[in-house]
Amino acid sequence: MSSNRLVNKLALSAVLAAVCGAASAEIVFYSTQARPLEEAQKMRDEVLAGFDGEVQFSPQEDGPFFTRIEAEQEAGEVTLGLLGALHGDFPQVQAALDPLDDVMETLADRNISDTFVGLAKLGTDNQQYIPWMQATYLMAANKDALQYLPDGADVNALTYDQLGQWAKNMKDAAGEPKLGFPAGPKGLMHRFLQGYLYPSFTDSVVTDFRGEKAEVMWAAFKDLWAHVNPRSTAFNFMQEPLLSGEVWVAFDHTARLKDAFDQKPDQFVAFPAPAGPEGLGFMPVVAGLAIPKGTPDRATSVKLIQYLTQPETQIKTLRAVGFYPVVDVQLPDDLPPNVKIGGPAVAAQASAENANPSLLPVGLGDKGGLFNKIYQDAFQQIVIRNADVKQILDRQAGALKRIIDETGAPCWAPDDPSDGPCPVN
Amino acid sequence: MKHDEWLPYLLLAPSALFLLIFFVFPSIDVFLLAFQNSAGEWSWGNFQLMGDDFNFGPAIRNTLLLALAVVPLQIGMALAMAMAISKLNRGRDMILYIWTIPLGISDLAAGIIWLAILEQYGFLNTFMFNLGIISQPEGWLSYQHPLTLFFAVVIAELWRATAIVLVILVAGIGLIPKEYAEAGEIFGANAWKRFYKITLPLLRPSLQTALILRTLLAFEVFAVVLVLGGLDLPVLMGETFRWQFEYREAGVASAYAVLILVISIVFTLFYLWALRVPEEAQG
Amino acid sequence: MTTQADSVAAAAPRASAWPIVWRWLFVTVVFVLCLWVLFPIYLLIVNSLSTPEQVNAWPKEFVPGFFLDTLAFFWNFEGVASAMFNSVIAALITMVLAIGFGAPAGYALARFRFRGKTAYRLMVLMTRAFPMPLLALPLAVIFLQVGLDDTLLGVALVHTALALPFAVLITFSLFMGIPFELEEAAWTLGCTRWQAFRKVVFPLAAPGMAASAVFAFVISWNEVFVAAILTVNNQTLTAFLVQSLNESPVHVKFAGGLVLVIPALIFIFAVRKYLFSMWGIANR
Repeated sequence: MSSNRLVNKLALSAVLAAVCGAASAEIVFYSTQARPLEEAQKMRDEVLAGFDGEVQFSPQEDGPFFTRIEAEQEAGEVTLGLLGALHGDFPQVQAALDPLDDVMETLADRNISDTFVGLAKLGTDNQQYIPWMQATYLMAANKDALQYLPDGADVNALTYDQLGQWAKNMKDAAGEPKLGFPAGPKGLMHRFLQGYLYPSFTDSVVTDFRGEKAEVMWAAFKDLWAHVNPRSTAFNFMQEPLLSGEVWVAFDHTARLKDAFDQKPDQFVAFPAPAGPEGLGFMPVVAGLAIPKGTPDRATSVKLIQYLTQPETQIKTLRAVGFYPVVDVQLPDDLPPNVKIGGPAVAAQASAENANPSLLPVGLGDKGGLFNKIYQDAFQQIVIRNADVKQILDRQAGALKRIIDETGAPCWAPDDPSDGPCPVN
Repeated sequence: MKHDEWLPYLLLAPSALFLLIFFVFPSIDVFLLAFQNSAGEWSWGNFQLMGDDFNFGPAIRNTLLLALAVVPLQIGMALAMAMAISKLNRGRDMILYIWTIPLGISDLAAGIIWLAILEQYGFLNTFMFNLGIISQPEGWLSYQHPLTLFFAVVIAELWRATAIVLVILVAGIGLIPKEYAEAGEIFGANAWKRFYKITLPLLRPSLQTALILRTLLAFEVFAVVLVLGGLDLPVLMGETFRWQFEYREAGVASAYAVLILVISIVFTLFYLWALRVPEEAQG
Repeated sequence: MTTQADSVAAAAPRASAWPIVWRWLFVTVVFVLCLWVLFPIYLLIVNSLSTPEQVNAWPKEFVPGFFLDTLAFFWNFEGVASAMFNSVIAALITMVLAIGFGAPAGYALARFRFRGKTAYRLMVLMTRAFPMPLLALPLAVIFLQVGLDDTLLGVALVHTALALPFAVLITFSLFMGIPFELEEAAWTLGCTRWQAFRKVVFPLAAPGMAASAVFAFVISWNEVFVAAILTVNNQTLTAFLVQSLNESPVHVKFAGGLVLVIPALIFIFAVRKYLFSMWGIANR
């Protein structure tokens, strides 16, 4: 009887605590990464469980993520302990970030690549975030589709012309287009345009935005699009249409192809993106860790960063979410299928003879979203709505120039380095 | 009675105060943001940016067309369902429960459900394939078939949001005294005439409420469209979200919000006027 | 019981006057409308109970595979129970506040003529017409400052702002539908205004008020955005589980959809009595 009453009392106080708010000693790890439910659960169970302390892992959509951080800064009342997000997310909340140069110093033995460490300064003199994990974009194909490859084409060294021919062959054979791109509302199509198509055709992202090469590129891509599954404009994660057979060949972020490889490892192959006249353009994805200014327990947040960048934790993270380590680490043999299939393709893409790597934009500040919009809109108008290429490119180039001038962002690879704002020709 | 003069204000005070604190006060800043540039000066720049955008025209058109297609169908359907309910003798509770089920289903869940049915490899195509109507799965939801895509959103919205109209109308019909209909019957009015001359006029307050609420909600249609149509069917609320959280231009997002507000006010005033309840009925 | 018998008796002569064809047509239409609502939910259940291969298969099966692993994933998901509990508490607070604030306002709008009435109605409607996600930032700042952040009360307060317009308008139309003469008659019989309301108006309006209460509950239950921003440790079910549902693999998506739908169905089922049983009184 009395134990019953005690239970009731406890339950009641739990309710009151929840209704009225209660202090807690946990550190809150707010993240735009590892959002899919199963990945979030693995982050908690397999990655963060090993940390010496309580972590509340809270994956968020971009909207709540930014809003919460901004609100806490404005109110001067910070509850978040650690922020996990993409390189492109951090500039939007840059004012809220605590410089981490002291933390970076303690991570010297991790051997994080200088490029990533430099990117993470976001164009300032201080370390704004600590590189956390990396990924890239790849092509994936259903093995049944390989028979339609054009004569003489090597799937590991495709050109955009051959991809187009392949897509046409598949369309003729299947009666419907089987090549797909993630051009949906949450898809990463703009990354394909910025990091793959533009560098491969124009050896530029910003400077040559509307040049002759760009016009040729758009015309070629529009032709290719005739053999692309029209549902592409609703695809967010290509693993789904690959698994359902809606598409046979697709381009996407490695973490967004993961389930296809894991569920049917014998059915899918991964291979590098195609090459254009200016080489094989490709782009990394970097996610980082940052600490908001005024965080309640900075020491623990730092400890969590140190834990997450340990080689063992990085491998656990790779298993959980399919993002690769940023630190120097020997990968074990027993990795999940998505890594076994994707890993070699990632390496092949980076080490290809004609590789033309893009860096990530730096210095765009909170205009990163508008920057993406310029490429998204150009794609939508030219390819989907059949607008005039020249006219759209001129218009978008004007908008691009405004953003670059406003932010003063210097050029990044493959564009040549610039003093001052990156020119838009 | 003397205290009658302040009684209505007393009754309104809690809700008015509540809305002032939790809605009006925080929204003033957001509202003003639409009319300012990034330096905080007064400007129409945000509205220009909004109007210049490729998606602005389609978003307005799609939102209005969707509202025009969905709301009347919903009112008609809910009216028919409510009348059917009032004719039922047995199983009324059960049928009403079944018909109000979508009330509990969020727009995201509704989108997921209908995507499973309408997508290329979904249940609808399976069904038609089994019947031999189609020989291979057709993609109904692509930008190449804007009409079927639009129709799909209409169907999903009809399914999801008719229940709220039904509930409002059922509550309203329940209040109409049976004697009126019986009197009509005695005077020889047929069923249609009774419905048209007696039920419908007496249902006006409920109809007005249902129309206004459903129209306002139709202007905010978003999640279902996004799940089914991706970016092929831009709508105002979707653009508001994208400007706020993807392009990070709070000013333009606020301009969209102001636009939605203005359209809503115009439609609301129209309904209030068109379906005004005669003064004498207000007692 | 008697009311039901009465209504059957009253309806009987009319029913028999109907030609048999019409009656069959009527039954068919009602049946089809039931199918229209239920069949999509059935398909959701089929998908939730299928293996990932079956969910991705073509052509689809219309019979579930009785594969429970995906649902079990949610069942074993740590924190689902407490998140669900949080959701229920927030929704209940929302329900009480929305009706508590909304019904008096609805009554005032229906029964009195006073200055500012139209202004008030417009203000109420505009709450619904202004996209709430834009208000999340200023609200979150205020809540952080006054200590309402990360509390279910805070979430419920915002959800009440979302639900209040419905509560006001639905109760308004209800009170409009109840003849004022009834109330006046009660006054002449010696009732005070409050007694007249409680004994005459309230019983008539109760089903409709229950309906708007249920709706307030459902609005709160399904709201994702504000809940995600305003809760950190005390997340509601939607904030905890559902906000990234759309990014999860299809089989998880469907099972998650079901997890979200079922509690709302149970809730509506549980309160349907209050929704509909007082019907007999309203029909007299």
